[in-house]
Amino acid sequence: MLDDFFTRALIAGIGVALTAGPLGCFVVWRRMAYFGDTMAHSALLGVALSLFFEVNLLIAVFGVAVLVSVMLLLLQRRQSLSADALLGILSHSALAIGLVLVAFMTWVRIDLIAFLFGDILAVTPADIALIWGGGAIVVAAIAWLWRPLIASTVSEDVAEAEGMNPARTKLFFMLLMALVIAIAMKIVGIMLITALLIIPAATARRFSMSPEWMAVFASLIGALAVIGGLFGSLTYDTPSGPSIVVAALLLFIISLIPAFGRKPAERAANKGVRG
Amino acid sequence: MLMSSRASSAQKKREKPAKTLVSLENAGIRRDGRWLVRGVDFSISRGEVVTLIGPNGAGKSTTAKMAIGVLKADEGSVSRKRDLRIAYVPQKLAIDWTMPLTVRRLMTLTGPLKEADILSALEATGIPHLAGSEVRHLSGGEFQRALLARAIARKPDLMVLDEPVQGVDFAGEAALYDLIRTIRNATGCGILMISHDLHMVMAGTDTVICLNGHVCCRGTPEVVSQSSDYAKLFGGNARALAVYNHQHDHTHLPDGRVRHADGSITDHCHKDDGHHHGHGHGHDHDHAHGDHDHHHHGDHAHHHAGHEGEGSRHA
Repeated sequence: MLDDFFTRALIAGIGVALTAGPLGCFVVWRRMAYFGDTMAHSALLGVALSLFFEVNLLIAVFGVAVLVSVMLLLLQRRQSLSADALLGILSHSALAIGLVLVAFMTWVRIDLIAFLFGDILAVTPADIALIWGGGAIVVAAIAWLWRPLIASTVSEDVAEAEGMNPARTKLFFMLLMALVIAIAMKIVGIMLITALLIIPAATARRFSMSPEWMAVFASLIGALAVIGGLFGSLTYDTPSGPSIVVAALLLFIISLIPAFGRKPAERAANKGVRG
Repeated sequence: MLMSSRASSAQKKREKPAKTLVSLENAGIRRDGRWLVRGVDFSISRGEVVTLIGPNGAGKSTTAKMAIGVLKADEGSVSRKRDLRIAYVPQKLAIDWTMPLTVRRLMTLTGPLKEADILSALEATGIPHLAGSEVRHLSGGEFQRALLARAIARKPDLMVLDEPVQGVDFAGEAALYDLIRTIRNATGCGILMISHDLHMVMAGTDTVICLNGHVCCRGTPEVVSQSSDYAKLFGGNARALAVYNHQHDHTHLPDGRVRHADGSITDHCHKDDGHHHGHGHGHDHDHAHGDHDHHHHGDHAHHHAGHEGEGSRHA
């Protein structure tokens, strides 16, 4: 079964989508879309460093993403610039430094496009093991941290006052983001990772009456987008990563149609009121 | 004890009675070279209601956050009973509308609760019908009730309520303050409350602490309301306290009528002169005899306390 590149792509893509769903919900709830972008863009710097120092790609990308988020936290503490200006600086300089470094290394030939936009069709069985293994770790960690994550998303002060540790929760969350970005890079590429995090979560919002269901729906909608996008790319001979994102966008647009989006939520709401 | 930072040795030696939940000693918070509050000194015991009052920027919320450990004291020490179970209703809580959160789910935000506790808390705060509603569809007052219900359902040792009735209509406000008192009496929890509603809050408070960057004055409501510091801070409003104390023998019902201490229900607060009062607004310019003026004087003081809603119900 794994001999077929298309099957491998499907399995890998669905694995990434299932992992990205719950995490993407937090990105949406915490308004961290741009933060996700910044971490993802820094991944190219990770790629360049991994080639330069000949270290494992995943570790380098993960390390740089963590470094960039820690830098952001430290800069934010000084409160000299607004968070989104800082993100803009970090995001694009990390990307630019990565591109410059890659250009300097004339002795290596890398497929820049594959990193920027993903190359899901080149996924190996080892990649699949990594995606599902890493994904299982991420989902398990989110499930374990679920209550503190939700509580500190609603109010860090209340979480702290009532015996939780929001600072530690935030750190765990950023580590998980970095891990997902490192894992997902090959599937949709650096430029489109955030889309796979945000769009399914935003789509799931309309059908969900609880944060838990929104996380589950986001995973399922993401998986649906991967399946639709890959079949679309096969049919119309379009690049696979962007096709997945376009499929996710189509699902989002469909969810905006009132008849599709509102009814399940309203039915649930009415039931809740009566019950 | 749990969180004592830089307590002097003398203070450490002094044994605190076991019923003390939180105590602050000379505690202060400093930001950007400015002391938000400094030299704050008080403690809260089981069953005690401590109310912080003071003008905007006096450091009331800062002090409350310091007491529960959300902010670390930059000076002095804060100690809390070991394993103190806190329930916190913050002054501001903005829930991103993208998070689907029902009132019921909000209740178990920081820990699981028994279904019976959830339902009885929602019942007590008057919103059992909203259990399944999304938080973002609630009005300001309903949201405050939900937050208060959450705090009650947690069955805490210490409730910290930062302006718990903001946005709640006047009739509800009095009922919620009554409820807070009832909870204290029933569970024996300590309560730290912040409020602007001087006249409302004073009646149910054991200790009032008047803050303005530091502790200006403190004591029982009677003592504080007589103090010159209090009068300086609150000026004209200070007088409203006396007015309210004469009138808190009745309850405002949701339909605008009033239930008096003896159980009778009328359309007005002053059941003996209700007729007179009801006509008062319409006849203002026609009748200027002394008796009438006298009544209106009291009524105006009431309005100054900031509750237009009640005034309109009189008419």
